[in-house]
Amino acid sequence: MAKPKVATTSLCGCFGCHMSLLDIDERILELVDLVEFDRSPINDIKSIEHPVDIGLVEGGCANEDNVRVLQEFRRQCKVLVSVGDCATNGGLPSLRNLVPLEECLREAYLDGPTVHNDSGRIPDDEEIPLLLSRVKPCHEIVEVDYHLPGCPPSADAFWAAITALLEGHAPELPYLLCKYD
Amino acid sequence: MSDSDEATAIQLIIDGTEVTGHAGQTILEIADSAGIYIPRLCWLENLTPFGACRVCVVRVNGRIHSACTLPATNGMVVENDTEELRGFRKNLIDMLFAEGNHFCMFCERSGACELQALAYRFGITAPTYPALFPHREIDATHPDILIDRNRCVLCARCIRASKESDGKGVFGFAGRGIQKHLIVSAEGGLAETNIDASDAAISACPTGTLLRKRTGFAVPVGERPFDRTPIGTEVESTTGPTPPHASTPTSTPAPAGKE
Repeated sequence: MAKPKVATTSLCGCFGCHMSLLDIDERILELVDLVEFDRSPINDIKSIEHPVDIGLVEGGCANEDNVRVLQEFRRQCKVLVSVGDCATNGGLPSLRNLVPLEECLREAYLDGPTVHNDSGRIPDDEEIPLLLSRVKPCHEIVEVDYHLPGCPPSADAFWAAITALLEGHAPELPYLLCKYD
Repeated sequence: MSDSDEATAIQLIIDGTEVTGHAGQTILEIADSAGIYIPRLCWLENLTPFGACRVCVVRVNGRIHSACTLPATNGMVVENDTEELRGFRKNLIDMLFAEGNHFCMFCERSGACELQALAYRFGITAPTYPALFPHREIDATHPDILIDRNRCVLCARCIRASKESDGKGVFGFAGRGIQKHLIVSAEGGLAETNIDASDAAISACPTGTLLRKRTGFAVPVGERPFDRTPIGTEVESTTGPTPPHASTPTSTPAPAGKE
């Protein structure tokens, strides 16, 4: 029987959650015996062509590209897990929700004390994904099956969640593994 | 309440367990002394009960009350740890998170915050409601104390502690409904009040709203009050090994989303 497939992706996050996943240390050898990795920043596969059993999404949605990737990811993942505070509640990037988007862009590209921008324009190339007016957690964009809070979730939390899902039941986080920081 | 009333022993039933107290005590006080934890946020020992947060909601003889404000009477039948009430409380905590700007990942009070600890105890893994991201003012005027209203849950513990414990009245509320906010007793900010960094009002804050400057992050992660021990354990351990509800694993179901 083919091994279950796991895919991961990072949206508006810092990759800290992926680093924490790697912190499972030698258990990663056990993990590669148990699963096959599909799209993931870890193996640099950039698109998800076929259905996978478990999808882990790090980061929230800050721009239209995040939304597109998340929707595509959701379509291919039988079980989707939001991983980390950015995915579960917007996290640090959602600090910008306290400031109107136009003000953020003006400060970053025009008015900021360290800005040198001779063009006097806010970057608007069509290659650059448009920012959403607010950073949103993943479950406000697509249906999310489980949440793994933490900034980042600990390696043990990852391990507990992944092994539970591989055994076919809902991840259960003991008190020590459910933390927001 | 006269002395003779206070001495009158009363009996009530909380979650099927017969407990005793005396007239004049609230349901919450009697539950505490019996080792039954009723979750609470705005209640603080030695302060006048306020009934603001409603986290201590219980059903008494079929009706909903806040356990911190309702005086117990003989023969009361109190429901506390029921699915319905746990649901109400979880929902209240969820709404408190949505209503403020609670960034646990960089908050100095993380690990010692009662709001966060309640969310842990209730197994909240992600917010149910879209956060409001309100605009809240910070007051850093005082050399030793910071007010970060982003984290304020309007529990009034600082207001009561300043009045009742410190004898000052530094804090108060202004505005109504969603506009309600914490104010201080001087137009120029906290620095112009008679607050002192050792005041009980600051320690009374359950979240990271009132902070003593230059004291943050002194306790390492893993050793903070709620890192290993769920909030309420201190009450439950007063009479023995009642297993805390939160010691059971927390499943991580997602809140309702949209496709």
